[in-house]
Amino acid sequence: MLGLPSNLAYVGVLVFVLVGSLWLEVALRTHVFARLPRLLLVLAVVIWPFLLWDAYAIGQGHWFFDTDRITGIYLPGDIPLDELLFFLIIPIASILTLEAVRSVRGWPVGDGSDEDQAKVSQP
Amino acid sequence: MTYTQIAVLSVLIVVVFDLFVLRTRMVTRKAFWVSYAIIAFFQLITNGMFTGFGIVKYDGDAIIGSGSPAVGAPPIFGDGRIAFAPVEDLMFGFSLVLLSISLWVMFGRWGISRTPVSGPPIWRRRATTRTKD
Repeated sequence: MLGLPSNLAYVGVLVFVLVGSLWLEVALRTHVFARLPRLLLVLAVVIWPFLLWDAYAIGQGHWFFDTDRITGIYLPGDIPLDELLFFLIIPIASILTLEAVRSVRGWPVGDGSDEDQAKVSQP
Repeated sequence: MTYTQIAVLSVLIVVVFDLFVLRTRMVTRKAFWVSYAIIAFFQLITNGMFTGFGIVKYDGDAIIGSGSPAVGAPPIFGDGRIAFAPVEDLMFGFSLVLLSISLWVMFGRWGISRTPVSGPPIWRRRATTRTKD
């Protein structure tokens, strides 16, 4: 695909996700990376249940990977490194999307920010 | 348990966390559902790439539909699949997205990196800062 090594196919899809979402940080001033401690805390928590689920599903054979299309680097539990990257990038893209919607529409999410509470208190 | 069973359970668990454990109540908010609609659209594209190109394959005993073929792409629609991917993947994705966003809001409520808030988009002038031109 596109002349790249085939074992970068999985990572290539993740690059597509990043390209599709990171521009929001600039164009919509989502300020997600400006709130890095909060972002890193989310990532540090959210990956665990999904890594456990992944390890179980791989062990049970629920899903499996074309070994020609992943990096070939594995974590404990036979989890491809590509999967860990997925569990980091999808939450980042999700939060960027939420903050992009907030940037444009200003809808409250109840995160305690002054701007948010001003919206909540409005009739 | 099958992928189908775990996927349904995961949605239930994450919704309970959102409503009653983390108490972020994202599933009651317009901001969440509009965001999720955008995310789900792009999930269908990216998941379609993972499954249509055969990067990830599934065991027919674990999902509603049939297993992924050894060679070639699975059906685009039907046989328990949407855009090549098993419908279970939509539930998996929903859980990952809702838990991520719920945690993000919870840590904000805890006072961690509440600011700078998002916006305004670059095509809108900031209300307070006005450059001369």
